[in-house]
Amino acid sequence: MVVWCPDWSVVAALEEAGRSSRSPAAVLAANVVEVCNGPARSEGVRRGQRRRDAQARCPELVLLPASPDRDARAFEPVLAVVEDLRPGVAALRPGLLAVRAPGSWYGTETDAAATVCQALVEGEVWDVRIGIADDLFTAEQAARTAEVQQWVVVPEGGSAAFLRGLPVRVLADDGPRGRELVGLLQRLGLRTLGDLADLPADAVEQRLGAHGAAVRRRARGEDRTLFAARTPPPELDVAVSFEPALASVEAITFSVRTTAERFVDQLAHHQLVATGVRVEAESDGVVCSSRTWLHPRHFGARDLVDRVHWQLQSAGSTSGAGSSLRARKDTGRVHAPVDRVRFVPELVEPAAAHGEALWGSASDDLVERGVARVQGMVGFDAVQRPVLQGGRSPAARQALVPWGERAVDLRPVDRPWPGRVPGPAPVRVFATPPQAEVVDDAGRDVRLTERGVVTGELRRFRARGASPEQSVPWQPVSAWAGPWPVDEAWWTGGAGPTARFQVVGADGRAWLLVRSPEGWALEAGYD
Amino acid sequence: MSSASAVTAPGPGLDPARSVVEQLRERVAAMERRPALQPVPTLPGIADLVPLHAGATYAVDSASLALALAAGASRAGEWVGFAGCSDFGAEAAAELGIELSRTVLVPDPGEHWLEVTAALVDVLRVVVLRPPASVDERTAGILDSRLRTRSAVLVVHGSWPRAEARLSVEESSWSGPVSGTGRLVERRSRVVVHRGARPPRRADLTWPEAHRVRPDEVEAPVARRASG
Repeated sequence: MVVWCPDWSVVAALEEAGRSSRSPAAVLAANVVEVCNGPARSEGVRRGQRRRDAQARCPELVLLPASPDRDARAFEPVLAVVEDLRPGVAALRPGLLAVRAPGSWYGTETDAAATVCQALVEGEVWDVRIGIADDLFTAEQAARTAEVQQWVVVPEGGSAAFLRGLPVRVLADDGPRGRELVGLLQRLGLRTLGDLADLPADAVEQRLGAHGAAVRRRARGEDRTLFAARTPPPELDVAVSFEPALASVEAITFSVRTTAERFVDQLAHHQLVATGVRVEAESDGVVCSSRTWLHPRHFGARDLVDRVHWQLQSAGSTSGAGSSLRARKDTGRVHAPVDRVRFVPELVEPAAAHGEALWGSASDDLVERGVARVQGMVGFDAVQRPVLQGGRSPAARQALVPWGERAVDLRPVDRPWPGRVPGPAPVRVFATPPQAEVVDDAGRDVRLTERGVVTGELRRFRARGASPEQSVPWQPVSAWAGPWPVDEAWWTGGAGPTARFQVVGADGRAWLLVRSPEGWALEAGYD
Repeated sequence: MSSASAVTAPGPGLDPARSVVEQLRERVAAMERRPALQPVPTLPGIADLVPLHAGATYAVDSASLALALAAGASRAGEWVGFAGCSDFGAEAAAELGIELSRTVLVPDPGEHWLEVTAALVDVLRVVVLRPPASVDERTAGILDSRLRTRSAVLVVHGSWPRAEARLSVEESSWSGPVSGTGRLVERRSRVVVHRGARPPRRADLTWPEAHRVRPDEVEAPVARRASG
């Protein structure tokens, strides 16, 4: 039995975007329509059309990005529904699944198809088509000929007769190789699968190769290859309930220790380690705190307990203007008593990929433990790890990642980044550049014209920072270099034309100054 | 085959030019000593100027010197940490040879700076600290006594009551830019080291690599003082 949900990418994407499934929509990859749904098709949108053509045909077309992951993710519940009725489900691709037809349990095959169809429609999957046949290929073709929420049953031994009448076009769904074959068959004058099936086997193999021979076998209904059914994925999340509910972070942290150990052991039993875990805390049956934590290596029980601590602590403290430093007194209470904590593995990887060296990595473990202690003192995100990334200003070229988190969304370093300042990298990079003033011979502010021309020679400068080490008193410029102009993000407003200058003061210290329309600022220091 | 290669190949961090047994003996001897006396790897340009010893505190007055003192240990595979350095330049650190994946940064420890530094000293080899404006003798003493039992080096960027050695940049000059053209190329700075009552030592370093300028290229400090 094959269950087909047509245009699954569009269905999944519309559901994720929260749009009605009746609106015309298309999933695009590389600006070409990959899949479109019924309403869009009736407006003239076709697969392979360019974005502009598709929009010209149907201006209200909803354009959705292609994402195979999303399609597979959205198909998972469908698999689970069918799996409830009959285990041994194989997902052929998102939107298409195969299962051995539930036999006499549901009466006839027609009754079985009706049961599966009903279960899926109850699960709010409206467009379901089911085909039942002896082999996979015939069942898929049967499903494709079925109407919405209907089924086509090919009787036993009737595959060849059923396939005879189908046009060769149906082979085009088999990827680029299939499309090529369809073109060739049509040029050879073979219009239906029956024409292909009637040809002698050795002639087909000589002309069309092994693939062609396999297609001919399929067209004759002789291809008895079956699918590899998946084993249902093991349930890996672990939860712990508290009775009565606990109101203090310390008590919760203490109580989840054994649960965290069980979670890690269970993963280890499957030879897996978790590198991303979602921690959920429920109070009164409602999830009150949920956050995904990523680990640069993989989670141990102790790491999980720490994450629970940090998460509940930050949820409990009144989120004061991003203050990472919390006084030790006001932590320790959570908003509402927590009666359940749940660990959900979001990213698991085989343990072999994370094996330790033969002699262990004792010193690294020691460091991690010591740093975790520091995190306990000053807060989770106050301890950081520097990483490099691409960018133009020194501040943009580095990123500080909270210790124990993985760096995500980094800009690539190996691109040219035109407009970045050459020479040695500055030793001091100010997170909030202090204001500065730069004047020319006549004591006038040096500006940058619309075209990026500097209005005068840089003569004297000063900077006024919040702390004395970020301040430079008025002093003459002994040498300067620049400008290195950039005009970043002009398409979203941006900062306007900006230029950077390397300035050496009279005391021999070098600075990186930046001139934006708002004024001068001291971005970095070279010593 | 594997055993043969294991015998001939020198272990990690061993100098292939010298006898392996001798080097291992040195290493064992270093481990048997009190942790406070172990030498800590230092950049070649600085090593003979101010050799770092575990358990000691060194004061510097510029961020680049602090990075250079930490770079040697990081290059040798040790962990380093920076506390209170809110303006850490990651790219410059990487250029000096600091391995960023083995770097711990606490940019703003606030009032907990002493506890944070003490905890970092427990597990890291070199800790660079930028203390708040004034540090009294007693606070420094707490950290010093903690240091003596660990195998870490504390580099203080700022003022510190007691220090094994104080490094400061006496003068520096940049080559490269000339009123609007060129770019910063190289800095040459004269570093002066004060160690207790000994006469101060001076050396010229070039940046960003922290290379030592050979003494014959340096004018004698006495002559300079006479002329200046």
